[in-house]
Amino acid sequence: MQNRIDQLFASKKKDILNIYCTAGYPELNSTLPIMKALQDSGVDIIELGMPFSDPLADGPVIQDSSTRALKNGMSIHQLFEQLQGFRKDIHVPVILMGYLNPVLQYGVEAFLKKCAETGVDGLILPDLPMAEYEQDYKHLFEQYNLDLIFLVTPETSDARIRKIDTLSRGFIYAVSSSSTTGKDKDMGNQEAYFERLKSLQLNNPVLIGFGIKDKPTFDAAAAHANGAIIGTAFIRALEASTDIVPTVKAFVGNIRGGKAVGEKTI
Amino acid sequence: MDIAIDTSKSRYHVDKNGYYGRFGGAYIPEMLYPNVEELQQKYMEVLSDPGFQAEFTDLLRNYVGRPSPLYFAKRLSAKYGAKIYLKREDLNHTGAHKVNNTIGQILLAKRLGKTRIIAETGAGQHGVATATVCALMGMECVVYMGEIDIERQAPNVARMKMLGATVVPATSGSKTLKDATNEAIRDWINNPVDTHYILGTAAGPHPYPDMVARFQSVISEEIKKQLLEQEGRENPDYLVACIGGGSNAAGTYFHYLDVPEVKIVAVEAGGKGIHSGFSAASTKLGKIGIIHASKTLLMQTDDGQIVEPHSISAGLDYPGIGPMHAHLYETGRGTFLDATDDEALAAGYELSLLEGIIPAMESAHALAKLKDLDLKPEDVVVLCLSGRGDKDLNTYITNMKK
Repeated sequence: MQNRIDQLFASKKKDILNIYCTAGYPELNSTLPIMKALQDSGVDIIELGMPFSDPLADGPVIQDSSTRALKNGMSIHQLFEQLQGFRKDIHVPVILMGYLNPVLQYGVEAFLKKCAETGVDGLILPDLPMAEYEQDYKHLFEQYNLDLIFLVTPETSDARIRKIDTLSRGFIYAVSSSSTTGKDKDMGNQEAYFERLKSLQLNNPVLIGFGIKDKPTFDAAAAHANGAIIGTAFIRALEASTDIVPTVKAFVGNIRGGKAVGEKTI
Repeated sequence: MDIAIDTSKSRYHVDKNGYYGRFGGAYIPEMLYPNVEELQQKYMEVLSDPGFQAEFTDLLRNYVGRPSPLYFAKRLSAKYGAKIYLKREDLNHTGAHKVNNTIGQILLAKRLGKTRIIAETGAGQHGVATATVCALMGMECVVYMGEIDIERQAPNVARMKMLGATVVPATSGSKTLKDATNEAIRDWINNPVDTHYILGTAAGPHPYPDMVARFQSVISEEIKKQLLEQEGRENPDYLVACIGGGSNAAGTYFHYLDVPEVKIVAVEAGGKGIHSGFSAASTKLGKIGIIHASKTLLMQTDDGQIVEPHSISAGLDYPGIGPMHAHLYETGRGTFLDATDDEALAAGYELSLLEGIIPAMESAHALAKLKDLDLKPEDVVVLCLSGRGDKDLNTYITNMKK
């Protein structure tokens, strides 16, 4: 059964822009206005972070946004309350990203059920092991028509990428370099890795994330895949913002702005 | 050398999937997968290699000073009405049991072709032990330490620096051991090719809990021989150790886990009291969850956020417990007690006066529960004195004035 993510990739193959923001940041009730502004600015996918006290894969900017969101009172229960009825206004695919422990405490099946009820399309759970997903949870994700999006990195072997491709639904999240989020590693060195991904001719579309922060890095990444994911740079923009809606519009407008003539992608 | 002993038939050791009952596993993001998988596939092969064992044994004997004495503590025994032996890990080079593991892991790292070492530390004992072996092997060393611990364990910070290590303060969260571990894991994510992470306790993703327990298992291997010499029997009635993550305890129990007549006692940090909101007793206050990539008993909120623990001892100030210990707790194989900050302090002063040994604040927690063990005169107790108290002098002195 097609969900919103599948429908998006069926109709659009290039320059897909996925923006990450932490639920409950900068204010507890910022989540929905930010989502609405992202949609109105032409973002293709919204990735909502569920804040966690110990986000191992994240750099300082997203860590700080999570700490702030938790202080604001964000929790999974609170998030589902906020998401109640959001599909009236928001039609782009929405993915929840978070760490496994809060989901386990909520109860995996109850959590997936709630995702389906509110209109969430997919999940990114970076610390859920592939084998455990396959054995314990895959049938539940299928039952609730939710995509689980796996990460691959430059160090992931071809064989493992193929295995991930068979288990993934929606798209594959290609981490641009071996790093936590928000590190400024040179993407120029990653060309061989992006080419390797392309040559594997995967079943799933690929979005590139980590280190994408502006139009040049977005264009460079998008040239090698179906699009790219921006997180840290957007959180930084929100951090410096006094008025959310214009900030979001300016940020996305900047990324989307007509391709600069003669600008060479990596 | 029994570090590579086959434990596949045991109920209490790790299973082939990296679990102890329902605890353990490797809940790692993909970025860590190649490193952790490499360790999973190679650690037993390396530990079984006679050349590796010879090198490990040689360094333990001639560099660390093993075997550590099993000391019959006469006056302590008289006070508690049993035969109490102290396994003197405090007499190791660097002053604690931690060095057993760092020697093992640095030899392993060399075999894996790694050139850079990272570590986390709470009390600073593991950081010092890591900085020491890095100096010994001429390897780059970065130690993550919570900002609060840097303040309360200043002598160990100075030692690490003198040994050539870079000490990086962890400024996130509670700024203690949990956060130092987060930062070390993040460093490893960012440096996946050249770096080995020397995790200091029997926690973290599989194979760390088993690997660290095996390097520390020299403790129980020696206890068996030494007790046979001194008491004519290999098996004590009680084994007592303190538990934060649980590496000295894992080493103390290792070869006794499947000997049911040996009672296993674990002492957690009760802090200011179990229900005070300032405690680190993870079995009493925890629920099953995931911390540092391991499924275990963990102090957390209903929403699954990890709770900040409290203990007077930086080495026990951890909101989780190694998965082996969670399993020992759940199966009832181990008896889990907790000692408050005040009880530990009192036990530290007492050992100093009775035996002329100033124990580490961590080890003082184990000592503090001797009074609760219902001991009989013929009982043989072996207590792991995991470290010496020099690093805690400030804490001891400050509290003496009260």
